[in-house]
Amino acid sequence: MFCEKAVELIRELHRISDGQLPAFNEDGLRQVLQEMEALYDQNQADVNEAKSEGRAELIPSIKVRHCCLLRDQRCVTAYLYDRLLRIRALRWEYGSVLPANVRFHMCAEENFRMTIVVLSQLQWFSQYKKSLASFMRSLGGGEGLDITQDMKPPKSLYIEVRCLKDHGEFEIDDGTVILLKKNSQVVLGVAWDILSCVCVMSVSLCPQHFLPRWKCEQLIRQGVLEHVVS
Amino acid sequence: MSDVLSDAGSDSNHDDSQEDVMTPAELIAKLEEAWLNEKFSPELLENKSEVVECVMEQLTHMEANLQRVKKGDAKASVHRMEIDRIRFVLSSYLRSRLQKIEKFFPHVLEREKSRGEGEPSLLSPEEFAFAKEYLANTETYLKAVALKRMPPNLQTVDMLKAVPEPCLDSFVFLRVKERQENILVEPETDDQREYVVDLEEGSQHLMRYRTIAPLVSSGAVQLI
Repeated sequence: MFCEKAVELIRELHRISDGQLPAFNEDGLRQVLQEMEALYDQNQADVNEAKSEGRAELIPSIKVRHCCLLRDQRCVTAYLYDRLLRIRALRWEYGSVLPANVRFHMCAEENFRMTIVVLSQLQWFSQYKKSLASFMRSLGGGEGLDITQDMKPPKSLYIEVRCLKDHGEFEIDDGTVILLKKNSQVVLGVAWDILSCVCVMSVSLCPQHFLPRWKCEQLIRQGVLEHVVS
Repeated sequence: MSDVLSDAGSDSNHDDSQEDVMTPAELIAKLEEAWLNEKFSPELLENKSEVVECVMEQLTHMEANLQRVKKGDAKASVHRMEIDRIRFVLSSYLRSRLQKIEKFFPHVLEREKSRGEGEPSLLSPEEFAFAKEYLANTETYLKAVALKRMPPNLQTVDMLKAVPEPCLDSFVFLRVKERQENILVEPETDDQREYVVDLEEGSQHLMRYRTIAPLVSSGAVQLI
C-alpha cells in the first residue's frame, strides 16, 4: 500500500508522550522519500504516454498516485513540524542554555553523525531562540521582560528549596550573593500569610538563605533546585 | 490591590502627559481584562501594546520605589508580592499571545497582509517581526530536511492550508458589561425564525465565540 510508511511516522508520534524528543526516524523518512520518487517517476511516464498516445484510461491512476504524493508530503511535514514543537518546548522548559544531557540527546541520536536533519534542527532551534530573545528584549519600548519566567501564578513570596547539585554563586536582586552547594540544607521559605516580622527573625536564626520565588523558577526547572512541598 | 498600586506608583502617571490619563488601578484592570480575553478566545485579539508598555513602566517604577524601602519592612513584602503578581499577569498575557502566533502563524500573517490602511494592527511590531521570523525559519527547516528531496512539483507547502485555522465555533464563557440587544445566536439556520437573544448587563453566558467576537473586541463583553 502507498503511504503506509508515512502514516507509520505519524503513528510513531502518537505513541510518544508530550515533552519527549524521540530519535529521528531517518530511515522512515528515507523510505517515504523513495516511495515519492517512485510514484513521481511512474506518473511522469504515464502522463507522457497519456499525452502522446491519447490513453485517457491512465488518468485515474495518475490522480491516485498524485493524491498519495500529497499525502506523503503532508505526513512528512507534519512529522517534522511536530519535532519542532518538541524542540521549542525545550527552550521554554530549560531556558536558552540546554542542560548537557538534553543537548546530547538532541545531537547524539544519530551517533554523532551531524546529518542534515540534526544540523537543521539545531539551526532552527538557535534561530528560534534568537527570535524569542529579540522579542522579549523589545517588549515595553525596549525595556525587556523575560516571559519564560513567572509560569505559575505566585502563591507565596518565598519558597522552600533544596539544592540538588553544586551550582556556584547566585546573585539575588538586592545584591546578596549566595552559594548554592549540593545538599545544602533546605532554604527556608515564607508563606505569604506569615507576618514578615516572623521571617526576619528566622533569617537571623538559621544560616540558610531566602530565595525569592521568581528568581529560582528556572533553577528548579533545570534541576538545580528542588521545590520542597511541606 | 488598587491601594497598594496607587501607593507605590501614583506619581508615575503625572509625568507622561498622554491624552487618556489612567490611574494605576485602571491600568491593571485593563491588563487583566486583556489577559482574560486573550486567554479564553480561540483567535488572536488586537494587540494592546500601550497597556503593556504602561504596565512595564509601572513595574520599573514600583521596583525603584521598593529599593528605597528599608529591609524587613512589612510593607515591602506586600509590594514585592504585588509586583510579582502583576508581572505574572503581564507575562502570561504576552505568552498566550505568542503561543497563538506560533500556532496560527500563516493566518496571522495573512490577516496582517490583507489589513486595510486605517485598520488597527493585530500584531505589535515586535510580534510581527517574531511571526515573520518564525515562518521563514520553519520554511527553511522543512525545505532543508525533506522538501528539497521531494519531486519537483511538491517542493513547496502552502502553509495557509497546512496549518489549521483557529476554531471560531468553540464555546466561551462570557460576562456582559454593556447590555446588548438582538444578538444572533445561530446565524446559519435561516430556514427557521432567527434565534436572537438579549444580553443583560452583568449576566453570564456560554456562547459560540463567532457570534460574540465583535463584542469582545469592542469591550462590551468579558470572557471568563
